[in-house]
Amino acid sequence: MSRHAFEERFFRIARRVSIAFFVGITAFPLLVMLGLSFRPVSSLLNEPGRLLPRLSEIDLGGYTRILSSREDGGFGFGGFIGNSAYIAGVTVVLSLSFGILAAYAATRLRYRGASFVNASILMVYLFPPLVFAVPLFVMFTRLGMRPSFTAVIIIYFAYTLPLALYMLRNYFSSVPADIEEAARIDGASRLGVIRHVIVPLSAPAIATVGIYVFMSAWDEFLFALLFLVEDRGSWTVALGINQLEANVGTPTTVLMAGCVVITIPVVVAFSLAQRFLTEGLTSGSVKD
Amino acid sequence: MTTTTQAPPGSDRPGGAPSRGGRRDRKPSPSRRREARFAYLLLLPAILATVVLVALPVLWNVTISLQSLRLIELRNFTPFGFLQAELGFDNFRLVTGQREFWPTVGRTVVYALAGTVLSLLLGVWAALAMRRPFRGRGAVKALLLVPYVLPVVAAAFVWRTMLSPQYGVVNAWGHDWFGWSRVDFFGQQSIDLPLVGTVPLAFSTVIAFEAWRYFPFAFIFVYARLQAIPKHLYEAATIDGATITQQFRHVTFPALRGVLAVLFLLRFIWNFNDFTNIYLLTGGGAGTRVISIEIYEWLIGRSNPGAAAALSLILAAVMLVVLTVYVRWQARKDQA
Repeated sequence: MSRHAFEERFFRIARRVSIAFFVGITAFPLLVMLGLSFRPVSSLLNEPGRLLPRLSEIDLGGYTRILSSREDGGFGFGGFIGNSAYIAGVTVVLSLSFGILAAYAATRLRYRGASFVNASILMVYLFPPLVFAVPLFVMFTRLGMRPSFTAVIIIYFAYTLPLALYMLRNYFSSVPADIEEAARIDGASRLGVIRHVIVPLSAPAIATVGIYVFMSAWDEFLFALLFLVEDRGSWTVALGINQLEANVGTPTTVLMAGCVVITIPVVVAFSLAQRFLTEGLTSGSVKD
Repeated sequence: MTTTTQAPPGSDRPGGAPSRGGRRDRKPSPSRRREARFAYLLLLPAILATVVLVALPVLWNVTISLQSLRLIELRNFTPFGFLQAELGFDNFRLVTGQREFWPTVGRTVVYALAGTVLSLLLGVWAALAMRRPFRGRGAVKALLLVPYVLPVVAAAFVWRTMLSPQYGVVNAWGHDWFGWSRVDFFGQQSIDLPLVGTVPLAFSTVIAFEAWRYFPFAFIFVYARLQAIPKHLYEAATIDGATITQQFRHVTFPALRGVLAVLFLLRFIWNFNDFTNIYLLTGGGAGTRVISIEIYEWLIGRSNPGAAAALSLILAAVMLVVLTVYVRWQARKDQA
């Protein structure tokens, strides 16, 4: 067998094995999560080697217990979902509105320092988060803003805005300037142009960036831990899973149900935005 | 490209003044100035947020690190209090004098390097395997992004459950099929393996988690880059009789080098600063303590923001040193 024929055959097999391997390592944890969330904890302890629940033992008790409020004997996760949705929602609104304005300025207007602003947008992400976590912790503690959603929202806003600005800027620069000029000649103000031309034309991009910001805020752990941990009523979903496991002693299967619940919005949002997200992130980075 | 063609419509230049000849005008027109003012107005919130919440805190961090500051004394803290406070390097001496200081620094570097290299390798491997179309490729591609998209608390909790010594499925299978005695992956500092010798168990498991969680990130970028390599390069290589491995070496890999260098930098920086993964998996126990966990310990556990600030600056400094070495090394390699 020639080297050619050998390599052809070897890599044909290797490709299949590799794909199976990657499907395995990504699907397995999902299966474990879903499977456990429907089992009573006693079943897990008796038969830890079984992945999927038996039909006869399928139990939605995990979901009802994790979600219902503490007065009803649950773990109050519904409240954490509310907190996270509120924090992430406000962050999205802030980050998008100011991101849109700034991205418009960055793509369409001429001003001194433009190149500096453009070059330094993403620098924020190179700093260790703990370098500003310590002083922010000190400041917000001093201001008596701990626990407080406001502190967390402000931080998430500042931390998601640069990427929102960066991604929006990429999209805006592809909106043809002619349409905008036509609107300007018809007497529209610049703000009017942003509202009536730019925003509708880049609606899919804006939605994508919004989803990205939502996902980062929904998932964030460090700042939630620093600023919200003292008050169980203000826990976010991320903090909730961690604290319920570490300090409250919640059955594993019940917590798995919680994990499924917090994963669903992320998976739905991501599959809606996947195309735009991966293209938006990788565009401009793949050329030499 | 002259500025005239870009001049905004409706700008009221009197009588269509002759071309203003390039960007460097001595006196910007009123409309130009109005445009710039509007631009600053639109950028103001973004700039303000960045300055107040990112730039100023970094400076405060320096002043905090030079003061003796306990959490209880915070009542009297002001950002400018350092002007009257007694400044010194006590905090730096305190944190670097810890017996575990150098091992922690070393561990952080190893954690970041190993996690970065492994996640890039996995990402390249996945992208190469997924390169040719097959039925269901779209679905598999979406599935491969799961580790990166999954909320980190959920991912960490599932791993902890799967690998749990009491009821983890991995231990159950290992016990039934291979007769393992139960292994506490996240709680056991080291394990003796036949042939390999002693392996730092919890630390390796944490690195494996990191590689698993971040390989999709490399995968997306490498996959996109692979699609952009011109087909005719491969056709030419095939005509020249190049085998698949030779094509990889001489066509594919050179095309990927740029993306890989950027991915390496970004991932290294982020892994170096990682707090969440390790905190959620081991809490920093069983030989997995890295600098960021230690910073959290100083800040919350020992209520000493001054020491935490000092250590966070050391974290940034160590990162800078490693990055400088890397960039130098890259530059030298490019020259050669």
